[in-house]
This record gives sequence, C-alpha cells and structure tokens, in this order.
Amino acid sequence: MDDILSILISKYNYWGYIILMMVGLYAMIIKKNLVKKIIGMSIMQTAIIFFYVSIGVKKNATIPIITHGHNGAADIVRASDYINPLPHVLMLTAIVVAVATLGVALALAIKIYRHYDTLEEDEIHDFLKNQAE
Amino acid sequence: MSDHFPALIIVVPLLSAFFIAAAGWIRRTLCFPIALFAMTVSLYSAIALLCEVVTEGRVIYHLGGWSPPWGIAYDIDYLNGIVLVVVAAVAFINLFATRSSVALEFPRKLGPFYALYVLFVTGLLGIVVTGDAFNLYVLLEIAALTGYALLGMGEGRAPLASLNYIFMGTIGASFYLLGIGYLYLATGSLNMADIATLLPEIYHSKVVLLAFIICMTGLFIKMALFPLHFWLPDAYAYSPSASISLIAPLTTKVMVYVMIRIALTVFTPRFSFASPTVSASFVWLAAIAIVMASIMALSQKSVKKMLAYIIIAEVGYMVGGLWLGNRNGITGAILHIINDAAMTLCVFLAAGNILFKLKQDSFDHLQGLFRKMPFSMAALVIGALSIIGVPPTCGFFSKWYLLLGGIDAGQYGFVAALIFSSLVNVVLFFRIFEIGFFESAQEHHPTGRAPIEEAPLEMLVPLMVVAALLIVLGFYTGDIVNNLIRFALPAGIA
Amino acid sequence: MNKTIGLITVVLCGVMLLIGTADFPDWGDPQSPASRHVSPYYIEKSIPETSVPNIVTAVLADYRGYDTMFETTVIFTAGIACFFLLRVRRKEPEIRYYRHIPTGITLRIEQGAKLPEDSKVFERIDTLYAPHDLIIKTTARLIIPFILIFALYVIAHGHHSPGGGFQGGVILGAAIILFAISYDLRSANRKLSERAAALLSTIGVFIYAGTGALCLLLASNFLDYSALASILGVDPVTARSHGILIVEIGVGTTVMAVMVWIYYNLSSRGRQDEGL
Repeated sequence: MDDILSILISKYNYWGYIILMMVGLYAMIIKKNLVKKIIGMSIMQTAIIFFYVSIGVKKNATIPIITHGHNGAADIVRASDYINPLPHVLMLTAIVVAVATLGVALALAIKIYRHYDTLEEDEIHDFLKNQAE
Repeated sequence: MSDHFPALIIVVPLLSAFFIAAAGWIRRTLCFPIALFAMTVSLYSAIALLCEVVTEGRVIYHLGGWSPPWGIAYDIDYLNGIVLVVVAAVAFINLFATRSSVALEFPRKLGPFYALYVLFVTGLLGIVVTGDAFNLYVLLEIAALTGYALLGMGEGRAPLASLNYIFMGTIGASFYLLGIGYLYLATGSLNMADIATLLPEIYHSKVVLLAFIICMTGLFIKMALFPLHFWLPDAYAYSPSASISLIAPLTTKVMVYVMIRIALTVFTPRFSFASPTVSASFVWLAAIAIVMASIMALSQKSVKKMLAYIIIAEVGYMVGGLWLGNRNGITGAILHIINDAAMTLCVFLAAGNILFKLKQDSFDHLQGLFRKMPFSMAALVIGALSIIGVPPTCGFFSKWYLLLGGIDAGQYGFVAALIFSSLVNVVLFFRIFEIGFFESAQEHHPTGRAPIEEAPLEMLVPLMVVAALLIVLGFYTGDIVNNLIRFALPAGIA
Repeated sequence: MNKTIGLITVVLCGVMLLIGTADFPDWGDPQSPASRHVSPYYIEKSIPETSVPNIVTAVLADYRGYDTMFETTVIFTAGIACFFLLRVRRKEPEIRYYRHIPTGITLRIEQGAKLPEDSKVFERIDTLYAPHDLIIKTTARLIIPFILIFALYVIAHGHHSPGGGFQGGVILGAAIILFAISYDLRSANRKLSERAAALLSTIGVFIYAGTGALCLLLASNFLDYSALASILGVDPVTARSHGILIVEIGVGTTVMAVMVWIYYNLSSRGRQDEGL
C-alpha cells in the first residue's frame, strides 16, 4: 500500500493519461453510434500525445526557445535550462496524423449516412439483415 | 546518383504522386504514365539496393546529412532488401493488371486514385527501408490512410467496412506509438540500432517488457492475427477490385516484416526468445489462428471473402514461424513473406478477372468458368496449388521450412495446424474447381463448347507472369535461402 | 454482453499499464534517460549549427525534416482521400431562381433560357440556400484580414517564437473557413475555388520535397540544406536557416489548402452546392 502511494505521488500524471486512454478505448469498443466511436478514437490519440509531452518535462526549465539579445549572439546554453524539445516535435507529427485520420473517418461516416440514412450501428445491422433475407 | 538509391526509392514516387494529383485536375491522360514511371524507378532502385547489400554489406544513408541518433537514418540489410524488392515488384505488376478495372470503376477520379496508389506504395517502401522507429509510425499512417480511402470506395458495405478498419487500425497504430513512447522513455533514443545497443542494460525493467507487449499487440492488430482480425474479411471482400489486388498481398506482409524487425533487431533474440513459455504461447496462438481461419474460410460463399480468410491463416504461418525461434522457423517465415505476396497477388488478380467479366463472385455463378476463361482459371489453379503447398510451386518450400522448424522446436501443435490448413485449402479450392468445370443447365450450346470470354489482354498478361513467377520462385528457393535469407538472420539463433 | 467484454478488456489493459509505471522515471526528472541522451545535443547545438533559436522548429524542419515531409504528405493524403471518397458532381438543376437585389424581384429561369451572370446585381437562390445575416457577415469581414496577417506572422516568425508552418497554415485555413461559414459556400468557392485549393496543396508539398531533391541534385544528401549555400550565396549555417523557412512556407501552404478542401467536401457532403 505504501508502495502504491509513493508511486502515485511521483507519477500521478502518467496515471491520469493512462486513465484517459482507457476511457477513449472503452468508448471506441462499446458505443453504438459511429460519431461517438470517432470521438473515442480522438480521445485515445490525445491521451497518447499528452503522455509523450510529459516525458520531456524538466523541473525549473523553460520553453525550448533560446533567449538572445538583439545582436543575435547567445549566452552559454545549458541543456538543463530548457525542456526536452524532441517529444514536442514528435507530437506535432502525431497531432497532424490524428487530424488526418479524423478527416477520413468523418468522410466515411458521411458516406455511410448517405447510404443508410442512420449512424447507429445496430440500425445498420438490422437494415443489412433485412436486406439479406 | 548511385549512392543515393535509398533516397530515390522514396523521393521519386513521392514527387510523382504530387504530379499525378495535379495532372488529375489539368490533363487526366498523364496520370497512368507518371505512375508507371514512378513504379519503374522504385523497382529499379529496390533491385539495385539489394545488389548493393549483397556486394558491399549493410547500407546506411543519413537523411539531411545528420548522423543518427540525432537525425533519421535509412538502414538496409538483407531482410530489408528482400522485402523492398517484393513490395516494388508487386506494385509494378499490379499497375498494369488493374488499368482496365480502374478505367471502368473510377473514370473521372483517375488523378486521386493513382495518387493514392503511389502514396500507398511509398508508405510501404518507407516502412521497409527506414531505421527510425518514429519515422516508421508516420509512414505506417500514410500507408494506412491511403488504404482506408482506396478500400472505402467500393459499393454497398464498403464504407462501413472501411470505417471499422479505421477504428481497429488506429488502435493498432496508437498501441505501436505508445510502445515506441515507452522505449523512448527508457532509453532516450528513437533510432532502432541505437535502441538495440541501449536496451541490454535495462532488460529487467518493467518498462521494456511493457513496450514489447504493447508494440506487439499493436502490430498483431494491424496484421490481422486472430483474434484481432475482425476488420479484414469485410474490408477486403467489399472493396473495389482495382484496389484489393494492391492492398491484400502487401499490407499484412509488411506488418509481419515490422514484427520481425522489432523482435530481432530492436529487442535482440536474447530478449525475445528469453522465455520459452512466452514463445510457446505465441506459437500456440498462431496455431489457433491458422485453424480458426481455415474453418471460417470453409463457410464462405464468395471467392473474395474466402481468400480474405486464407490471408488470415497465412499470417498465422508467419507469426508462428518467427516465434519458433530456430533457424528453420525464421527462414520459413521470411521465405513465406516473399511467397505469400506472390501467391496472394496471383489469386486476387484471378479473382479480379472473374469479377471483371462476371460482375460478381458468389459460388453459385461460377459454373462453366473453365471453358469461358481458361487462362485465368489456369492461373488460379497454379495459385491454389501454391497455397495448398504442392511442389514445385513456391508455397511448398516455405511450408517445408516451417514444418521443419516446428519439429525442431517440438511444437507439434503448430505442425498439426499447418497440415490441417493444407487439407482445408484443398477442400476450399477444389470446391471452386468442381463448380467451374461443369456448365449450368441453361447454358448448353449447340456446338457443345462455350465461347471464350476471357478478360482483356492487359489483365491477362500480368496474371500469367505472376503465375509463372510462382513456379520460378519455387525452383530458385535454394538460391534465395542460401544467398539472401541466411544472412538476414541475426547471430544469436540456433 | 458486449459491454462486459469491453469493460474487462479495458480494465485489464489499464491495470497492466498502471503497474508498468512503477519503473518510470519521476515526472520532471532532469536526469531521466530521455533528457540525457539525444536532446542535449539539440539544445546546445541548435544556434551554432542552424542559427534558429526556436529549437522545436530547428529539430522539426532540419534534424528530423524527413519526418515533417511525410507529415505534410499525410495531411495532403487526407485531402485527396476526402475528395476521392465524397465528391459527386451535381447535375445542374433545370430550373434556377435568381433575385434582382435592387428591386427584390425573383426570376425563375427554365432550362435553355439565358442565365444572368453571377454578378452583384443578381443573386442566385436555390433550395439549399443559406440565409443572409448582417451582423455575422460584417463582423467576419472586419476580423478576417487580421486573422490572415496573424497567420502570416506565425509562419514567418517561427524561427524566433512558437509557431511555424503547421500552426500558421491552420490559422490561414481557419480564416477562409470563417469566411465560408459567415457568407456561404458559393462565395468562398468564388474566392478560393476547389481546383485552386487542390493545386495549392500540391504546390506546397512539392516545395518541400523539391527543396530536398534540389539538395540531392547539388551532390549532398536528401534534405541537407547546407547544399543550398551555393545557390543562395551565404554560409552553410545561414543556408540551413533559410532552408527551414522555405520548407515552412511550403508546409503552411499545403496545410491551409487542405483544411479548406476538407471543409468544402465535408460540409457540403461532397456536392459543394451549399453546406453550412
């Protein structure tokens, strides 16, 4: 019990992101409405983005833009003064990928709506079953 | 220019895709020639790269001039080189074979279709050739997005099937990304070779174990290993035939390649095969996948759905072959990547021909096909013999290596599953042949022979080439294994 | 039944991940492996090697510029995919309705008769017609130029402040989408037609890949901007800074064009007659 408490205090941010990811995954699995599933997908991808960004945090460090005077020369740059820029770069890419997937998913949802006139999965299944008979 | 082949193999198709997209708005007749040019350059570069690896050893290319781990590097060795040639060759042959179907199904959207085609191939080539784990994720998403769009354009249930594919594919890719995040958390690097040097000190850590499990789960979803295979049959069965013969042979095989790369190069064999119970359970999972997929294939009523379940069984072969952990098993898995790509291309092209002429592929309507389309059915016969595993077609040899590996490792369940699946494949295909031999009662012609209504020549010739390739690959198996695959295996394997 | 399977799966997954956090480095630890291994090089060498103070932009567009090129390709692919999936060419209706704005007379024109041109005097109204709202239109007209200027500032100042191609491109796209929402889709189509958006997206990502290919032709590795020093006439470090700016412009163009294109296709369900 002591163990879990100490882990919780030092790593509570990771626990938050894992719970958020599981919420998104749960929505994707059990919801019947297609748009709700798409929202769940978006939540899960956002949780992973949070996870990566939190890897790069350093205590007492500022954003990774090197401050310099007007003459353009920089002072001595110490790595511990700036947070890790690499997860931010990776997550820029991940955000764009998430948006692109969202766009394609919504386009397919519109196509499905055009065809079946509903976005509920069980109604579509009933329609297909009736059609097959 | 010759030492820039690793860049050319990606850059030329990428730039061509943009030209094709622009040409679709300006002048539509240019789309096919530009796509053809792109595929030709890719195939040439892939073969040149493989020759370079054979003569000079591992090829490493620094993108942007920065050396790894600060920049992204391409890392091509024997395993890469083989899969590169397979992907480029399948894409090249398929371009010819699907020209008529594309002109029939998407006459006004030629520009976007060929742009998506070339981008799909670029994504797959990039996945194979890269040496950076995050770059692999980005290219995985390119290949996936283009696949979703290409598969979603069919009729009827295609959009719904493609949307389900999006859901499961995104879960798979997100798990892979999470796994890479765990590896980054533990080592601080994204380059695969660099991670492999940093990992051995922290093998005992839970983070590394979790990274392994999460990565593998994500890849299993994307390669449709039972029980995570639910997206594949619907997505492949309702897709337009212009896209399916490109996507079906390649997607799952490249995911198997990524699994082999992560299991053998990033987590070295010391870690991946460290626990016999884990490896054995993966092999049992593969065996169950093979058996269940074969049984489900028996109950299908249309050709494309049956072939989709056969693909799921073939994925089981390759996954089981890797986790057997011995030379024969892994050789069988890598050889099966090559052979399965060729076999799947052959049978899907034949099914495409049948669909082109008959407009549907349910079993009730296949009567008399051997008289009407002799060449397509001949190619289907060769493809079927290869899937069943009859010498001298290539399918026999990869199954032989897998069987030997299974016996070596004492995994008799896997051996039994392989034999069971061969028998089920016999039943599946001979059912089709039996229907195809006999004409239906209404079609009796006075002269006793039905006219030949074969598919057009530009669909037939690539099909014949692939069918011949199946036999040629079978004859050259010894050369391929001894000169190429033997060096693709890392050192620590029995 | 489905709910319980989903719940069990999710709980098992969550518990497994939560147990795994025991071995994580603490949050904000400056000695974690991720902060010690690769990133100190980026922080310390960003200005000497690329002369760009914003380290994220330097890493994004130079050290890992290859990833960014594929990211731009991803967004381009999304635009093409939406177009491919949704676009249907609507058949022109046989009867059209036009309103003469000064007098308020409605014209009904049948097929074969001469159509008035799309001008300020005649306004086309059909069944899918978006109503005219004065407050929203005027406010949008006042705000949109400032949004556009801010977006261009974000792109151009990406070297020195948070920003860059993606961020600026999205803001540009948002400005045009605001115009489309507040007026109607047809006016937006007149200002930036779908064909122009598609071609712009191609040009943007071509700028990126083309710069890389140019470096390849100048006998250096792909996307090695120091090779551009011979063309631009500056030393290699400044050439890297300029190369980063060029590719950011390409990225911004593509992102703007694709955002607008996806909006056109999604909001009008592919028909592009009238949507929101």
